[in-house]
Amino acid sequence: MAAWSGVWTAKRLAWAGLFLLLAGAGAAPAADTSKDDCLACHGDKSLTTMHAGRTISRFVDGKKFASSVHGSLSCTNCHADLEGKDLPHTAPLARVDCGTCHSDEFKQHSNSLHGKAIARGDSLAPHCVDCHGNHDILPVKDKNSAVAALKIPFLCGKCHREGTPVQMNRNIDQHNILENYSESIHGEAVLKKGLIVAATCVSCHTPHNILPHTDPNSSINRRNIAATCTKCHAQIEVVHRKTIKGELWEKEANNLPACIDCHQPHKIRNVFYSQGMADADCMRCHADANLKARDGRPMLVHVAEVAGSRHAKVACSQCHSEVNASRVRPCETITHPVECSKCHEEVGQQYQRSRHGQLQAAGDHNAPICKDCHGSHHILGKHDPESVSFPTNVPTLCGGCHREGQKAAVRYIGRQHEIIQHYTESIHGKGLMKSGLTVTATCTSCHTAHLILPRTDPDSTVNPKNVPATCGACHHGIQEQFVQSVHSALITKTDKPLPVCSDCHTAHSIRRTDEAGFKLDIMNTCGRCHGEIAKTYFETYHGKVSRLGYTNTAKCYDCHGSHDILRVADPRSHLSRANVVATCQKCHASATRRFAGYLTHATHHDPKKYPFLFWTFWGMTALLLSTFVFGGIHTLLWLPKALQMRRELRSEEAQAELDAERAHDAAGKDRDGDGNHAD
Amino acid sequence: MMLLAKTEMETETMPTDLERTDQSAQLSAQTHAPALPRPDREFVRFARHQRALHACMIVSFISLATTGLTLKFSYTGWAVTVSRLLGGFQTAGFIHRSAAVVMFGVFMTHLYNLYQQKKREHKSWWAMVFGADTMMFNRQDLDQFIGTMKWFLGKGPRPQYGRWSYWEKFDYFAVFWGIAVIGSTGLTLWFPVFFTRFLPGSFINVATIIHSDEALLATGFIFTVHFFNTHLRPEKFPMDTTIFTGHMPLAELKRDKPLEYEALVASGQLDAHLEEPQPEIVVRTIRAFAWIALSIGFCVVVWIIYAMLFAYR
Repeated sequence: MAAWSGVWTAKRLAWAGLFLLLAGAGAAPAADTSKDDCLACHGDKSLTTMHAGRTISRFVDGKKFASSVHGSLSCTNCHADLEGKDLPHTAPLARVDCGTCHSDEFKQHSNSLHGKAIARGDSLAPHCVDCHGNHDILPVKDKNSAVAALKIPFLCGKCHREGTPVQMNRNIDQHNILENYSESIHGEAVLKKGLIVAATCVSCHTPHNILPHTDPNSSINRRNIAATCTKCHAQIEVVHRKTIKGELWEKEANNLPACIDCHQPHKIRNVFYSQGMADADCMRCHADANLKARDGRPMLVHVAEVAGSRHAKVACSQCHSEVNASRVRPCETITHPVECSKCHEEVGQQYQRSRHGQLQAAGDHNAPICKDCHGSHHILGKHDPESVSFPTNVPTLCGGCHREGQKAAVRYIGRQHEIIQHYTESIHGKGLMKSGLTVTATCTSCHTAHLILPRTDPDSTVNPKNVPATCGACHHGIQEQFVQSVHSALITKTDKPLPVCSDCHTAHSIRRTDEAGFKLDIMNTCGRCHGEIAKTYFETYHGKVSRLGYTNTAKCYDCHGSHDILRVADPRSHLSRANVVATCQKCHASATRRFAGYLTHATHHDPKKYPFLFWTFWGMTALLLSTFVFGGIHTLLWLPKALQMRRELRSEEAQAELDAERAHDAAGKDRDGDGNHAD
Repeated sequence: MMLLAKTEMETETMPTDLERTDQSAQLSAQTHAPALPRPDREFVRFARHQRALHACMIVSFISLATTGLTLKFSYTGWAVTVSRLLGGFQTAGFIHRSAAVVMFGVFMTHLYNLYQQKKREHKSWWAMVFGADTMMFNRQDLDQFIGTMKWFLGKGPRPQYGRWSYWEKFDYFAVFWGIAVIGSTGLTLWFPVFFTRFLPGSFINVATIIHSDEALLATGFIFTVHFFNTHLRPEKFPMDTTIFTGHMPLAELKRDKPLEYEALVASGQLDAHLEEPQPEIVVRTIRAFAWIALSIGFCVVVWIIYAMLFAYR
């Protein structure tokens, strides 16, 4: 509350002094603050105070007060904080608590939209006095009352008409409320014909218990609207049964329309609306293929599209709610885009909280709105295979923006790339796109459809903290194992980051775990955190064979378990004393306890932990080195001598060849003479 | 590599061959012009079964080396490639174990041959092991080793080697040692469940180190020192085909094994050890086979050097 800065002028003080003198002379009891005492000052029409920089009249009309409903009460009955105080009072008075007497109304008001807005500190929210006035409150039945039936539309309209701060700054789905009402059958009756029993604002919204239509207790909630309307239209169901030839009422008795489905709020006409008729009004223009908006957008509406959509039974004007049927062009009053959250309230709230909604609110023209994903007139349910939101179509839908190079991917600065391609090749993507398995996880299964948040947001379904639960929505059994394992934040308390599903399985490229690629990569994956122990694994037979690309050998998870990894000391662990032999026997059928003594993470580089391996290795190395040094030296020393021998041999050969030729020539001559030299 | 204590020149096989050549010579002498002298007859150093064992040894050894090293050097990209070329790890493992069986077979056959030779030529094992032309190291080898060192350093003539030089004997016993060490640890790794019935599990780790390092020693030694001593040394470059053909030119016998040559001449038995050269097609096939074996060996050496020096972890 701003400080009460009332200022008494010298003249006023003089008057007051005189008044007190007269009162004293009249021997009136000074302590009894009667109405007259108050009116002595407040009966002066020129009495003003300054409040928050404004001059406010403090005049109270004694006559009006006397004839008001509170005329018999004394001032201090309401202004309780004046009780027993000396006059004139200088301090500002506390706000009158009407709830002292009107406790039910006060309670309703406190719980209503208006009361909650006051509690929030909303300066535009109305208090009792804003509707009812203060000193001149008349009975509701009195036609001069501020809340008389005929005045109600104007009273509410003070705030709820176009151009007011409330209508402009608060989130109110309905537009042109007062204008539409005044043209409705109710409005005409009240405003033109003075029919005080016709419905005004409070007839539907209640005077004090005003709640949003999404509140199940609201008088205008879909489930309560019939009861609200039938307060006046008591026999309306009988009337409707005759009028609508019993069609819908008989065929889909469980799916009755609410009054407002036909008779839109604030626009209720005294003519019967069939849905088709209203649509037909729109289609007079919108059936024209050449119809264009000012900015060139085609404005053709395909009736068949709407008729085949989820909204087949929704009239144009239910979404395009700003139309005004009294205009020649009813749509000329439209100023806002279609607001889907009027019906899809919860989804709308999720969207506003989501990254998409936040970007949209920030004016980012790339941010998708409802129709960017769902379309406009041809919206099909997510169970319809033709629908863009049918599971098999979701990756394509999201990929429209999130595929590499597209508008969402371009602005993205995180670690995930080639999202759509990776997803398509993943087990989920193959299940969905190739096998057509619609229960397979698609984009929305993990990221949600409407509450999409970045992973850094603690509420995000893909925040590391929430990932196990997100995956566990389908992989429930795995989640149950995982939360018991050493990797679960519930079990291991540490500052280091603990792995969640996506750290081992990745986010978008999730592979089948029985495929070679996954099996071979898992050792590096574990090694990202368990670097040393992974290194020693690669020094053993299992690790070496795995390195060669062979999958049918023990990998980390074959011994340690995959999701149910426990400390070795834990008796339930696969590697506990009781279980380790059985774990080895998975591959080595007749393994014994002695066999389980094989060091699966042995290294010969650690003389303290494995001295016998260390010394075996260095013993062998010494043998190798000495043998090679001996052989090497022997060979190197031999080489020059061998080269020398080769040279000698060649020259001998050349000599021998020469000799042989000569001998051959000689033999040729001999053979002519006496034959050969057989030995 | 696998050299026998003494060839079996006096066995039935060789004289049969000689008979045949004599018969064919007589035939050709009868039908055609009188036979020409054959100064190109070659000395028969290895018998057929010895050559066959050496060939089996080459095949099994190279198979064992390449498949085994893929595992030892699994951290190199080479290992993955070779493993794939060999038909994947499972096939490589199968080849490794099959080759091991072949090598055991070669070893057992050789022991059987030694037993036969002892029955035929010697009165006792003692006489065979410490007699003339033995495979066992003796005083003569020590003298020749010292003489060789002097020759290397230019301080003496080349020693007069006999039937088996000391480096040939070294190679021969290296195989005995290798088969014992690599074979026993290999069996442990092949049947770990059986062996851990009476050995501690960590013995498998020890066996892995011994098997792998001893194999590295054998592979490295054969593909460098043995290759040089036998094939690549300049006077025989690029290869010595004696172990494959069984034949050695007489001039080479005179030059390389003067003691043996002189002994044969002195006893007048030299002629009985001479034979016609192998047909050209046989020699060519043998050369192709030897080339392949040498090339693979050379590649393996390069791979080992790369893995040990440049990619070691």
